[in-house]
Order: sequence, then C-alpha cells, then structure tokens
Amino acid sequence: MTQGEASDRARCAVAGRGEPSAEGAADPSAPAATDPSASAATSGDPEAARRRAERRAERITAGATELEQRLADLLRAGLAGAEQSGHGLWEETAARMVDAQAPGLASRVRELGAIPSSGPGWPVRLLEECALLHLLARGWLHRERLPADLAATVRSRVGLPASADGPMVRDRWLVLAQHDTADARLTTRRVWLYGAETARTVLLLSYGAAGRPPELALPVGLALEAEVSAYPDAGRRRVALGRRFAPPGPTRTRPRGVTTSRAAVRYGEALRDDPWLDSVPVTLERVVPVPDGVGWQLADADEDSALPLARTTGSQPGLWRLVALSGGAPVTVFGECGHRGFTPLTAWPAGPGPAVPLC
Amino acid sequence: MPVGPAASGAGVWEGLVTSALLGTDRRTPPGAARGPGAAAALLDAAAAETVRRRAGLRPARAARRPDSAPEDPRPPLPDAAARRLTSLLTDRPGTAGGGRRGSAPDLMELLPQWLATANARGFAPPPQALPALLDAARGRTDLRPAALAFAGPRALWLARLNPDWRFALRATPGGETAPSGAGAGAAERARRLWDEGLFAERVALLASLRARDPAGARELLASTWATERAEDRLMFLDSLRTGLTAADEPFLEQALADRSRNVRATAAELLSALPHSALAARMAARAATCVSLDRTLTPPAITVEAPHECDAGMERDGVMAKPPMGRGERSWWFGQLVEAAPLATWPDRLAGRTPEEIVALPVSDGWQSELHAAWCRAAVRQRDGGWARALLGAPTAPEAGGPGAVSLAERAKLLGTLGAGERAEWVAGFIATHGLSEAFQLLGMCGVPWATPLGRAVVDALNIARDAGSYPWSFSGVMGLAERCLDPSEAGRLDGLLAIPDEPEDASPGAGGYWAEAFQRLVTTLRLRAAMAEELRAAP
Repeated sequence: MTQGEASDRARCAVAGRGEPSAEGAADPSAPAATDPSASAATSGDPEAARRRAERRAERITAGATELEQRLADLLRAGLAGAEQSGHGLWEETAARMVDAQAPGLASRVRELGAIPSSGPGWPVRLLEECALLHLLARGWLHRERLPADLAATVRSRVGLPASADGPMVRDRWLVLAQHDTADARLTTRRVWLYGAETARTVLLLSYGAAGRPPELALPVGLALEAEVSAYPDAGRRRVALGRRFAPPGPTRTRPRGVTTSRAAVRYGEALRDDPWLDSVPVTLERVVPVPDGVGWQLADADEDSALPLARTTGSQPGLWRLVALSGGAPVTVFGECGHRGFTPLTAWPAGPGPAVPLC
Repeated sequence: MPVGPAASGAGVWEGLVTSALLGTDRRTPPGAARGPGAAAALLDAAAAETVRRRAGLRPARAARRPDSAPEDPRPPLPDAAARRLTSLLTDRPGTAGGGRRGSAPDLMELLPQWLATANARGFAPPPQALPALLDAARGRTDLRPAALAFAGPRALWLARLNPDWRFALRATPGGETAPSGAGAGAAERARRLWDEGLFAERVALLASLRARDPAGARELLASTWATERAEDRLMFLDSLRTGLTAADEPFLEQALADRSRNVRATAAELLSALPHSALAARMAARAATCVSLDRTLTPPAITVEAPHECDAGMERDGVMAKPPMGRGERSWWFGQLVEAAPLATWPDRLAGRTPEEIVALPVSDGWQSELHAAWCRAAVRQRDGGWARALLGAPTAPEAGGPGAVSLAERAKLLGTLGAGERAEWVAGFIATHGLSEAFQLLGMCGVPWATPLGRAVVDALNIARDAGSYPWSFSGVMGLAERCLDPSEAGRLDGLLAIPDEPEDASPGAGGYWAEAFQRLVTTLRLRAAMAEELRAAP
C-alpha cells in the first residue's frame, strides 16, 4: 500500500468533518505542544524563525518515518511479543521521538508501554493505540493534504507549539472542575470552565514542575468574569485565559446538561474533528449513580439508558461522594465522556446546593 | 461503553486483533495482501475501525436502581461548620514536620468534640461528607458511636453499598434491614434479627433495646437463653449492666446456676451491684463475719479473719475459688466477699461509724491494703459517692501522691462515681499539691471543658514545669489533654507563656523554645475550638 492510500484512509476515518464545532480538546499528554513559552520561536527575525520551523519539521518527519517503521515491525512480529519486551522498547522509542522534537508522539509511545500490563483485554487496547499513533504519524507525513483544521490538530497532537490566537471571548466563566495528573516530569492541571452566556465548555491547561502544583488555581463552583481565547485545534476546546475582570465569586450558574444518549453522540461527533480524542466534557442532567454488577454507571432518571463510569473511578473517594450526594435521587454531573466510559468530575444536588468536586 | 457498534464491523475487528497478536508475517490481516505491506495495511484498517467503533459507542441499559436514601429531617450544618468538618476529616496526622508536631493543632483529635457538639445541636451532615465520616469511623472505633449518630440515616443507606463500611450496619440496630417505620413492624424485625442475625448484630440489637426498654431486652434474652453458646451468653449478660434494676434479679439469680463459670461470675457481679438483692445479703453476711472491731486496742482497730474455705455456696455466688498466681487463697476469697457486700454493711458492723471514720480506723496484721482495695472496688461497683469520697481522702494529703493504700488507677475509678464539679475540684487540689507527673489518668476522668479551677491548676503546673527547666515532651500527654479539654476562654490567660523565656543555668538546652512552641499550639488549638463551637452555634 502506498503512503497516499494510507492518507486517504486517514481522511476516511475522519470523514464527515464540517464546520469546527466546540467539541474536541487538546491532548493533555502533550504539554510541550502548546507551551506558550514555545511560541517564542515565532518571534524575532521571521526568516530565521521560518528556517528553524522548517528544520524542526524535517526532524519530526524523520521521527515519524522511523516510528512508522517500528510500528510495522511490531505488527509483523505480533503484539503477543510486546508483553515480554516490557517498557524498555517503548522508552527507547519515546526517547527517539524526543530527539525528533515530537513530544506529542513521545508521550503517546510512552503510554503504549503501560498497556501490556493493564489487565485483561490489553491486546485490543494496544492495537487501538498503535493504530491511532500510526494514524497520527501518517497525518503528519501528509499534513499538506489535510484540511486546515485537521492539519492544525495533527500539528498540535504531534507536539508543535501553537498559540491561542482565537478571538477574545468575554463571559462569566463557572469553574466546573480542576484536576491534576502528574508523571515523573510534570504536573498537569486541567481546569474546565463553562460560560454562563455562551454555554461553551472550555479547557485551561497549566503546568508545574514535578511534585509542585501548577500556579493557576481556580476554586470549583465559583465564577469569574474573564476573557479567553481559543487555540487553533479543530475542536477549539482549549483556551488561554486573558484578562480577568473580577476575582472568582459565588454563582448560581449551573451548566446545562444532556441525557446519556446525547452525551455518547457528542463524543462520536467530536471524533470526526479529532480522531485521537479520548473524551469530551459533558454535563449529564438528572442522572443517578447505580451499581451495575462490575462497577458503577450513571443512569438517566427518566430513560432506560446509562453510561458506565470509567474503571479508574472504581475505588476513588470521589465516586462515593457522588453516590452519597445522590442518595438514589437524580443529580447533575459534569465529567469527561469517552471510550473508557464516563469520568465524573463535579456534581450538583437535585435541589439547591453548591458544586461538589469529585476529583 | 459496553454496547459496541453494528455487528458487521465486529468480525472484521476480531480478524484484525488476531492478526495483530500473531503478527502479520504469520497471519495475513483480512482484506490485505500477503507481504511486507501487510503490517501497514493492518494499522490502516485498525485505525479506521478504532475510530468507527469509538464513534459508534452507545449507552448501556440502566441497571436496577437502588432504593432512595431515607430523608434526614435534621437541619443542615451552617456553611462554616460544614467547611470545618471537611478540614477536620481531611487532616492526616504526621504529614508535616516528621515526628514532632510543631505548633500546628492536631485536628483529628478535635473531631470527637466537634461531633459531640454537632450532635447536641442536632445538625445533619452534608451528604458529600459522609464517605470521609464513615472512613474516619472505620479507622477509629472510639469515634464510631458519635460519628454514626451524626452521619444519620443516609450513611446507613450508603454503607449497604460499600463493604468497607459494613461496620456501620453492625453498629447500628436495624442497620442490616431498611430502617423504615416503627411499632409492630420494628418489633418484628428486631425479633427476626435476634433469631437470625450474626453475633455482633445481636449484641448491638440487645444493647440498643436495653437502653430503651430494659425489661423488653431482658425478656428477649431470656427467650433464647438456654440455647445460646457460653461465650455468647457472657456477652449478652454483660449488656444488662446498662439500666440494671431489681427487676433483673430473678433472671440473674437463675444465671448463677449457669454451666459456664464466667457467666456465673458476671451474674454474681451484677447481683452484687444491686444492694438489696438476695446475693448481696448473703455476701454481706459472709463478709461481716470476717471483719470485726477490736475495742480492746487503743485506739480501736479493725481485725480481719479471712475465710478458711471457699464453700459450694460461695462458689455458687460467684466467688472464684482458685487465686491467681502469687496470691494466698484466704486473702483472695476475703477480697471477693468484701467487694460484693453492700457498703451499707459496714457502718452497722462497725458501731455506727461514718465511711470517713471507718477508713481512718487502723487495720491489724497488715490487712489494710487488702480491705481498702476491696472497698474501693465495691464503691465503684455500687457507685457509692460517699464511700468513694472517704476512700479518696483529701487530694492535698501527702500520701495521696505517693504509693498509698489506694492506687492511682483505683482513685481514677473512684473519681468516676463523683459529680463532675467535685471531681474537677479534687483533681485540681491534687495537681496543686503533687504536680502533673501522676495526674494524666486522673485528668482523663474529668469532664470537658475543664472547670476553671482545674484548668488553672494545670496551666500553673505546666508553667512550674517549664521554669524547672525540663523538656515539654515529658508532659506531652497532659499538653495533649489540655489542648482538647481546657476551656477555650482561658486562651487569653496563656499569652504570657508564648514568648521564649530566658534559659536558666541548669535548664535543658533549647527547652525554652520548645515550651513556647508547645504553648503556641495550645493557644492555637483553644482558639480553633472556640471558633468551632461558634460555627456550630450559628443558625443554619
């Protein structure tokens, strides 16, 4: 199969792309991709900057080509062997991607290394992620043939810096959730905001050195009057915080919610803009946490459908806070909905009451 | 999401996974040509299929919903108090400063007090605080009764969903079954739990029933008594300690003939706590023959003639025939007789003397400590304040601080029979005379917050200890108690102690700084307790 055919496949996988909706989000695993400081590359002598960008693109292309070769080798030998080879192989490949200045590829590769030890069903998950990584590498190698929005998503996913150049949107932003993830190098903080006027849900990312909390901290449940501006990814989900007009204060705003069926459809639609998306932010309205035998699900109070909670939610204190808050009655839950299930982040009681953080 | 996309893709996907697992060199993927390009073709197809599968995910069917949690009729906590509860529950001891606590208050230690106040004011917790509350109660059994009372009906509903919290169901009567309704239905459920429940559930049921309806509990126990196992009978019998009255005597008398020696002993002990029981009268008669007043001596003295044998009647009344290692048989039997005899026996026997006069009498032939110790046990068992007072003596007496006839542990128990005010006064006098080194156990018996004279006696004594130049951790037990028990309104009086004092020549190096830190923590904790109480006073 030629590369051209593969690219067609990639395009096929993301067919049906229309106007960029608000769905989709930047990959949090690729922080360097969108580190504002990296945008310094665009400043100074434009000719020098262009040459630097060209050189970097060449290195990434070399990296993506090498990655393609390694993925093909892996598939020729079979994934069954991946269980034995352990982390070492992936760490080495990830280091090659760092050398190629493609941090987005590097972090995806590193995540592949954890899959063989992630329990039953790992071959399916490993194949899925290998295939999506392949899709990303192919997307990069043929980015000039992709529609502009998708090309921007590919650049961001691969790990090229971008800057938030969307128009400033002023709103009264409710802080929906704030949660940190940390690896050996970096603490990543994701803050979800909901605009009371625009009804948009947007994501702020901030980073701290390993073990140290990121600087930006916004208390969940409060609202702040501020401007944000979107990054150029297909989803336009990720934003940078601009001017703040007032400190966060109490609010009665709650995000507008949907049913579980609608939430699943939203994720599916968002994949058209960004096939690498793991989840979309969704607020579920009138749902009840229900044990389903193996774990928990959020069931519509008025319909017979339900979204299973992501397995990682299983023993977390947040799950029990959610169950306690509900007491068997419908609640409003904000969280991330994707192929791993629903991860609840914040909940509101049926009656009046403040937001209850679950993470 | 479990429900996948249309079945047409499922076969293709299975083929791709199999080929990927075995390797394209061994298994050509569906729809691809054999050869070096097969791996890339597999990845292309898998990428398209992965996105298709993800985009096609649909919700699952809803599982059976649990019943709703019962309503909690109590008013919700005021906001500030709710925030305080969260901080008390999330405080993990030892997170900062290694072993030493520094000047930060120990929040977990304040939780019992906070719960007691919140319960007294009848507030309901915010539902989202219940998991942390249950976890705290799980880790600390001493917190359980107050924590579960505060947690309320929704916590029991929650505990049924999480095996980690089963203890809450056991600790709460009716917890295993849905606690709804009352009256006949409740009685029926209680009966069924008693007949079919686990041992711990039955103990809990009996204890709670005994607290509400002593006679009903006794009748419930009597109805199955003959078929219970010996160790169970012992535990059940023990729950009759609560609300013990003369009406229990026939049942207890019958338990004196039990097959198990431990059951007999417990029945006898309970009967001896009923001064008008037949057993108490029998023990009084036995004890009285052992103790007499020898008026030929000057001054008159008590003489003791311990029993020469432990007859069948004594054994039936719960006297243990075999002494522990190292004790003589006769003094062992004697101690048990005096302990079980009503204290009213002694003024009659000893020429109408008051308890004080009796305790002051000399005792011949070295029997004093045996006799007084037995009286102490009797005063505690019969909750006799008059005798307790006499046996305690004056707190300022020189022998009160040293090894006297009455040990510190016995004093602490005797104090328990006195009213709160009298108790605090006695301990304050004790500390003023003897200092803090022996005071910990006694302070533990005093009501919280400490009465003003007691609190001031403790602070004065700490001040003296500091001036003496020792390190504060010699007094860390008392310091910790003071943080939890001193009246918060005393905080202002402590300001003078917060500075680092000049070190005297003979002081331990650096002690002054540590003392200042310890007093800072004391004051910070007191202010925090005042704030906590204030928050719970607010209208919700």
